[in-house]
Amino acid sequence: MAKIHGAVVVNTDRCKGCNLCVVACPSHVLDLQKKEVNDRGYHFAYMSNPEACIGCQSCAWVCPDACIEVYRVVEK
Amino acid sequence: MELNEIIRPENRVYKKPELLNDTHMHYCPGCSHGVVHKLVAQVIEEMGMQEKAIGVSPVGCAVFAYNYIDVDWLQAAHGRAPAMATAAKRLMPDKLVFTYQGDGDLAAIGTAETIHACNRAENITIIFINNAIYGMTGGQMAPTTLLGQKTATCPYGRRVDLNGYPLAIAPLLAQLDGTCYVTRQSVHTVANVRKTKAAIRKAFENSMKGLGTSVVEVVSTCNTGWKLIPEKANEWMVENMFAKYPLGDLKNKEE
Repeated sequence: MAKIHGAVVVNTDRCKGCNLCVVACPSHVLDLQKKEVNDRGYHFAYMSNPEACIGCQSCAWVCPDACIEVYRVVEK
Repeated sequence: MELNEIIRPENRVYKKPELLNDTHMHYCPGCSHGVVHKLVAQVIEEMGMQEKAIGVSPVGCAVFAYNYIDVDWLQAAHGRAPAMATAAKRLMPDKLVFTYQGDGDLAAIGTAETIHACNRAENITIIFINNAIYGMTGGQMAPTTLLGQKTATCPYGRRVDLNGYPLAIAPLLAQLDGTCYVTRQSVHTVANVRKTKAAIRKAFENSMKGLGTSVVEVVSTCNTGWKLIPEKANEWMVENMFAKYPLGDLKNKEE
């Protein structure tokens, strides 16, 4: 069976830490930074569990600030 | 597989639309406006209408829409966006003209302009963001505020005897002969975001075909005005807003 690898890149400057991507992710890849903040003081999102990402783009679709880029590789 | 093997330009499947420029949006974290801005930018980009699109921004939270989407914009007086869009479309019929309005702009001060633009079957698209509150001015009661909903100007909840009933604009516009497509969508889940994008695309195509006015109402959240965190605001919207504002196509003239 083909294995799907995904990864997201969050534009940390643009992220406002609204948590909507964390809720939308079906494989619990994303989380908000606990302590680190960006230059506007928001706890931005990051991949806390990168192995689980399947590149489904759910986080990117619901992101209100369009700060998520999604990459996807299908290994055959 | 290592991350640096996955994160390569050829593997990219989703990126910020190029029409959405790098300016930081002033919207609160989790605001639905951002998603709808992104969808509008994506649809215009996919239709290849960058050079032909003219947006009319309202007065309200979306007043700075012209800073975020890289197309031509007009800024209308409060509620008068459909009137301005009428002028733009009549003078330049080959342009894609759309208005982007909130419920304070479209459903309160601009009700007359909205209804008459729809009744004249102007070939414009109206994108209506309905979050049942006046977000920009600090969370006052809007015509669309639900019964019992607490806002700054109805702190004990909206009452019928004092404030009347919530105004559902989409059914009102659907019964006019001038509208060709009236739909109500939301952007709280991935499926709904995709449906909203399809609706915006259809509305833009209708306006270019000259079928009449298209109205896309997006039932949205205002987490700051509702005093909830973004995900709770989405839940509150599903529980309360959808009873009064059910999703779906209200009118589709092609069918």
